[in-house]
Amino acid sequence: MARLRQLALVLALPVALLALCWLLLADSTSFYAPPLRRILAAFGPTWAPRWASEDASSIALLVIGYAGAVVAGVGLGIPLGARPRLRAVFEPALELFRAIPPPALVPAVKLVFGWGPATNVLVIVSGAVWPVLLNTIEGVRAIDEVLADTCRCYGITGARRLYVLVLRAASPQIITGMRQALSIAIILMVISDMMVGSSGLGFTILEFQRGFSIPEMWSGILLLGGLGVVLSLVFRGFEAVALRWYHGLRRPQRGDA
Amino acid sequence: MTPAAATRRRARSPALASRAVLGTLGLLGVGAVLEVIPRTGLVSPRYLPPSSEIAVALVREAAGAAFWRALLDTAIGWALGLAIAVVAGVVLGVVLGSVRALRAATASTIEFLRPIPSVALIPVAVLLFGAQLRSVLLLVVYAAFWPMLLQVIHGVADVDPVARDTALSYRFTAWAKIRYVLWPTGLPYIMTGLRLSAAVALILAITAELVIGAPGLGKEIGLAQASSAVPAMYALILVVTSVRLEAAA
Amino acid sequence: MTPLLDVRHVRKVYDGHGRTVEAIRDLSFSCAPGELVCIVGPSGAGKTTLLKCVAGLLAPTGGEVVLGDVRVDGPPPGMAVVFQEYGRSLFPWLTAWDNVALPLRQRRTPPGELRRLVDGALGEVGLADVHAAYPWQLSGGMQQRVAIARAIAYEPRILLMDEPFAAVDAQTRADLEDLTRSLWRRHAMTILFVTHDIDEAVYMGQRVVILSASPTVVLEDLAIDLPGERDQLATRSTPRFAELRARVYARIQQAKQRSTT
Repeated sequence: MARLRQLALVLALPVALLALCWLLLADSTSFYAPPLRRILAAFGPTWAPRWASEDASSIALLVIGYAGAVVAGVGLGIPLGARPRLRAVFEPALELFRAIPPPALVPAVKLVFGWGPATNVLVIVSGAVWPVLLNTIEGVRAIDEVLADTCRCYGITGARRLYVLVLRAASPQIITGMRQALSIAIILMVISDMMVGSSGLGFTILEFQRGFSIPEMWSGILLLGGLGVVLSLVFRGFEAVALRWYHGLRRPQRGDA
Repeated sequence: MTPAAATRRRARSPALASRAVLGTLGLLGVGAVLEVIPRTGLVSPRYLPPSSEIAVALVREAAGAAFWRALLDTAIGWALGLAIAVVAGVVLGVVLGSVRALRAATASTIEFLRPIPSVALIPVAVLLFGAQLRSVLLLVVYAAFWPMLLQVIHGVADVDPVARDTALSYRFTAWAKIRYVLWPTGLPYIMTGLRLSAAVALILAITAELVIGAPGLGKEIGLAQASSAVPAMYALILVVTSVRLEAAA
Repeated sequence: MTPLLDVRHVRKVYDGHGRTVEAIRDLSFSCAPGELVCIVGPSGAGKTTLLKCVAGLLAPTGGEVVLGDVRVDGPPPGMAVVFQEYGRSLFPWLTAWDNVALPLRQRRTPPGELRRLVDGALGEVGLADVHAAYPWQLSGGMQQRVAIARAIAYEPRILLMDEPFAAVDAQTRADLEDLTRSLWRRHAMTILFVTHDIDEAVYMGQRVVILSASPTVVLEDLAIDLPGERDQLATRSTPRFAELRARVYARIQQAKQRSTT
């Protein structure tokens, strides 16, 4: 019964809003806001043929760029976090790079790397790497001294130390950085499509708008929204698994059992 | 922790003064590397001009009225959008945060709307408003609204139950409740929300200018790139970066 | 008998920015193989510093620590440490079982042997049924038991314990003291046990090394001539226990007064 009530709470408002849109727009003759059913009807024919080709490539570039940003951010963050002197030298410069608004870099990357998928990937990496890098540094820096001493006492070094101590201890911060990086990466995927490519999700949607294919444009916006929601759900699932210990550790400390 | 241990901890990380020196050296080093790389031809200066040329371009830009006009445009779009988002976020956040039933009913909707990338709205903005300030505002408000809203909801929900009960048992007036219970608890959350929103808002303002062509620094960056005024482009990127640094401070 | 652990004129000076703190002035003592030696001193006596020097986690400014016949300059093999902060010395992302197994995995212990050692150690500390629990699901006393199990599964020649029971409640503390003593007798380990609690030092040790306040020196190396079979109630109520306890107490009080005047 409680389950049912909860389900009702989760679904009630979205369903109501959707129904409201449907009804309000049902007989819409407005050019900009076509009836919802026309948008939905446009969805299949618009995206089914594109899905396999150019628009899947946007998502592939997103995945590659995001993975690159995470690997580079963690890989550079670990040595920087572990060495105070190295950190003191590079931290202000890194803060400066982090402060560059990611979209502002798109013209520069485009200039250097021209028109091609490498540019899209580089745009994504150049914007998404900073939150991962700086959070990794924070996380590695804050590794518990007692835990580090424990590793030294029991001779835990090398790869095992990296995996069992450093990466795991810093994982709450690393994952915070990854979450920030994900939303930046999605934004940059769309922007780089729009500004660099002659294909891709963002480009196609902009083309629809320029050609006044309004229902198709709206279906594209729905697709982008859905992509954002799906990726954030996937990420949340990943976080719940990777940080199970952390949430368990924190719960009694916060005092709400 | 014993005093000895505290001393040791301090000894291990370089002192503040020497950290500042090292950090400045790091910045100078990056500047020097960016000067040398194009001069040695490792990267063509057509793509990455030496940092001294960027500095010259910066001075030249700053001498022109167009630059200040663009800076002002960006600042207006950013600040206005942020202000709207903050007010909307705080008002809605307080309402949703204080009424449990409302919070439960809206949670799923918020969770669904929030991850929708704000840039997906770019075509709508172009369609409705064209290359105007209002396009910038649409994107900025949408993007900056969510962090603020979520922080305020958390802040209100975080009010100490004991403080809430105290307020209730002493029959605080609504004003006193806001002044002595809600405000002190919520303030740190609002500040966090403001910081997050401000950063996102600037990014979206630049994006709108770059992609849609609304007047502002972003548009200038795009123009500089299109007209191969490469040092000017880097100078402008440096400017928006320092705007963001200022905003964060 | 040649000592297993020999601490020779150890001195430790912390060099802060513009000021130096002499934590340990001159400390010498030794432990014979199989001995249980307690180090007791007032708070701030540099006990933790001393233990870290012995463990090879800190380099002494002067003097040396010798284990077996090797000079310690880094954590030596065959030494296990149980820290006071049990909550921070167990890996919260590993189960109790994996926490105990970790040092053995590093040592490439064969799987069968590893399972036997870990199961055995957890059984000995009375945690045979919580293998899959994470440290944060256990009480403080149970967490410290896991840390002790990790130490004995490692089969060390010497076990260092740094105020291991300072952060648990009194009843748990008594249980853990008896557990430690019984493990010591069964495994014939050498234990160096640091505490600020005089009762605990006298109850646990074969010898008690009494430290002064910082800058630290050894005030007295006192043999505890209580019978080997000890009991929380009976031993603590013997006249000899009271005498020894009073003696350690007087020594520490004396040292405190000297350092404050």
